[in-house]
Amino acid sequence: MAERFLMKGNEALAEAAIMAGCRHYFGYPITPQTEIAAYMAKRMPKIGGTFLQAESEIAAINMVLGAASAGVRVLTSSSSPGISLKTEGLSYIAGSDLPCVIIDVQRGGPGLGGIQPSQADYWQATRALGHGDYFAIVYAPNSVQEMVNVVFDAFDNADTYRVPVMILSDGMLGQMMEPVSFPEREAKVLDKPWAACGHKNERKHNIINSLYLQPQELEKTVVDRFKRYEIIKEKLASAENYLTEDADIVVVAYGASSRIVKSAVNAARAKGIKAGMIRPITLWPFPVNAIADAAKTAKRFLCVEMSMGQMIDDVRLALNGAAPVDFFGRTGGIIPSPAEVLEQIEKLAE
Amino acid sequence: MTRNILLAGFGGQGILFAGKVMAYAGLIEEKEISWLPSYGPEMRGGTANCSVCISDDPIGSPLVLKPDILVAMNLPSYDKFINEAAPGATVVVDSTLVEKRTERTDINVFYVPATKLANENGLKGLANIICVGKLLKETGFASYDAVEAAIRKCVPAKKAAMVDFNLNALKLGMDN
Amino acid sequence: MSIVFERPHALLDVTTNYCPGCTHGIIHKLVAQVIDELGCEGTTVGVAPVGCSVMAYNFFGCDMVQAPHGRAPAVATGLKRALPENVIFTYQGDGDLAAIGTAETVHAATRGENITIIFVNNAIYGMTGGQMAPTSLPGQVTQTTPYGRDTSTAGYPVRVCEMLSTLSGTAYAERVAVDTIPNIRKAKAAIRKAFDTQIAKKGFSIVEVLSTCPTNWGLTPDEALQWLRDNMMPYYPLGVYKDTTKEEK
Repeated sequence: MAERFLMKGNEALAEAAIMAGCRHYFGYPITPQTEIAAYMAKRMPKIGGTFLQAESEIAAINMVLGAASAGVRVLTSSSSPGISLKTEGLSYIAGSDLPCVIIDVQRGGPGLGGIQPSQADYWQATRALGHGDYFAIVYAPNSVQEMVNVVFDAFDNADTYRVPVMILSDGMLGQMMEPVSFPEREAKVLDKPWAACGHKNERKHNIINSLYLQPQELEKTVVDRFKRYEIIKEKLASAENYLTEDADIVVVAYGASSRIVKSAVNAARAKGIKAGMIRPITLWPFPVNAIADAAKTAKRFLCVEMSMGQMIDDVRLALNGAAPVDFFGRTGGIIPSPAEVLEQIEKLAE
Repeated sequence: MTRNILLAGFGGQGILFAGKVMAYAGLIEEKEISWLPSYGPEMRGGTANCSVCISDDPIGSPLVLKPDILVAMNLPSYDKFINEAAPGATVVVDSTLVEKRTERTDINVFYVPATKLANENGLKGLANIICVGKLLKETGFASYDAVEAAIRKCVPAKKAAMVDFNLNALKLGMDN
Repeated sequence: MSIVFERPHALLDVTTNYCPGCTHGIIHKLVAQVIDELGCEGTTVGVAPVGCSVMAYNFFGCDMVQAPHGRAPAVATGLKRALPENVIFTYQGDGDLAAIGTAETVHAATRGENITIIFVNNAIYGMTGGQMAPTSLPGQVTQTTPYGRDTSTAGYPVRVCEMLSTLSGTAYAERVAVDTIPNIRKAKAAIRKAFDTQIAKKGFSIVEVLSTCPTNWGLTPDEALQWLRDNMMPYYPLGVYKDTTKEEK
């Protein structure tokens, strides 16, 4: 077995990014993600990489845009209010077909909100990561180990599909330590003939750009991008099924709240209630089929989130009326307890 | 078997460090573990606490709300958590800083004057590890060797001289 | 027959979107001539702003990146950190650089970011149709200062070279104009010096070019040049504001 380290989620993300070939990090301090920046500040100078503390999240995401244009693997991280500032740059990045990875360690909102763990930015991540018709791939790991795994996928898929990829974490997953081992996985090196890195008088100049003044031209670039999205949907949608085979009640939860739900599902099983869980690992593309398949046998669905209910929209769309969906959530930085979730499951089982 | 551990006290008492030592001991014994700290402004002088789970099975919720092992190193933590301890829980209270005694009879409470013991034995600042020593003796949450190895792993290289002090504190806790 | 003048190689043979009489064309040519002289077109990456020169990516022959409004210095920073041996320049107007992008500009300078900024100051927002710029002069009539820029409500123009020259990271800052042949020659020398400063890895360099906007100023090209001399030059004196490359000699 590979050596297991005890690491914080934030630190594991940073180390995995380095292992995945990322040598450029641009960030700005904000709780509860600052360990990522601190880790990069320590490591990058020792491996010939770039750590730069920008003057703002806006500057940081635009430095990402610049480095991604040059063709290198690049990372930034922030937490909810900081992500709002990055959305401008993210829209340009998507519109310019640039690959990059963004980590959002969510905290309570709106506004300055709080600094405790939250999942109130699901809509932002999956629907509103900036203006315009576009998506980012969104991974939602639920353990320190899975964070490491998705970082590799995030960089590889960003490069393959030329899209921004977000890793949606939260204060709990970022701050907690768990054992983690790093995979023996080589960083994928993709040729980037489109990069603006100097044409060396060997080719026509490359242009990284999101401006198309002719609507027909802009429509074509957007439609072409959506064709790639269809491939992404088909190939990357991913979910974990936990005890769903014979489940009457299926709880849907991602990230931190899925950890709580797992405990609650186990407790429900101990009481003889046939409960199970579907945990989306990708939030965009949303694992529609996993939900729809579960509806063939399950009688009821319960969506549990650390928000007032955002992913539930996608659960309803996936079910398309096939089964009723209830919701339970805590917000503002409160992590629901397994007992609270169990109570909801028991109510549905009555 | 799963042990749900909650350590609580003032920022600066080494609560998070004590939790890390316990978690590392679990790691060394190849258990599933999680370590979840409170974070934010309260870390700088207010109350700090951390949840540690050590289990044979994958860990669901890493947040410990009903601990079966509790360390309370100051009065606010004692007041907040003593009635949250699960029936049958093992509780270590730093009785130098907490004068109260619980009326609960369904839990095993050990009142250890950890801060006083630390000060009297030249181990200032290591009341946390004295509490870990006491827990080790009363619960056997890990083997002694694993805890010793965990201490060696958790004390930063820059403070290597602190390893022996930590080990002395651990033994002191086990003897009290 | 010998060729005495030709379009620089680094300036592509395409039609620009600039208005007749606009001085952007001259400044583009000067930048391209300097790139040709240095033989660095193949290793140069330019960053286009938002504003009239947004489509500069179509005009320069080197690789180009189009940045969000005001963020060109941050984009250039990312490029430079990834490509430390390449020449990275931004081409920005006054609204882009001195209003929405002030933070990015100031911090790129104070970091001593080894990039070159070509700053085109024509005291107005051109592309959006002539609104007040951070460099519009007191009393200047624009679409959003129809009674003239009132400093009691709209404040004072920003003197960029003066401001940036106070920062330790700025290696070279010069203000030039493109209103006369001698000034155009000086402008080219300044742009060359800025690129040289970057190639020598001396730090942040900026050339502020006083420029005209006949369309939005409501003047003929000739009148516009005279307006620049009469109104802009007194407020924005030409000259070298900082040159640490000399100090080191």
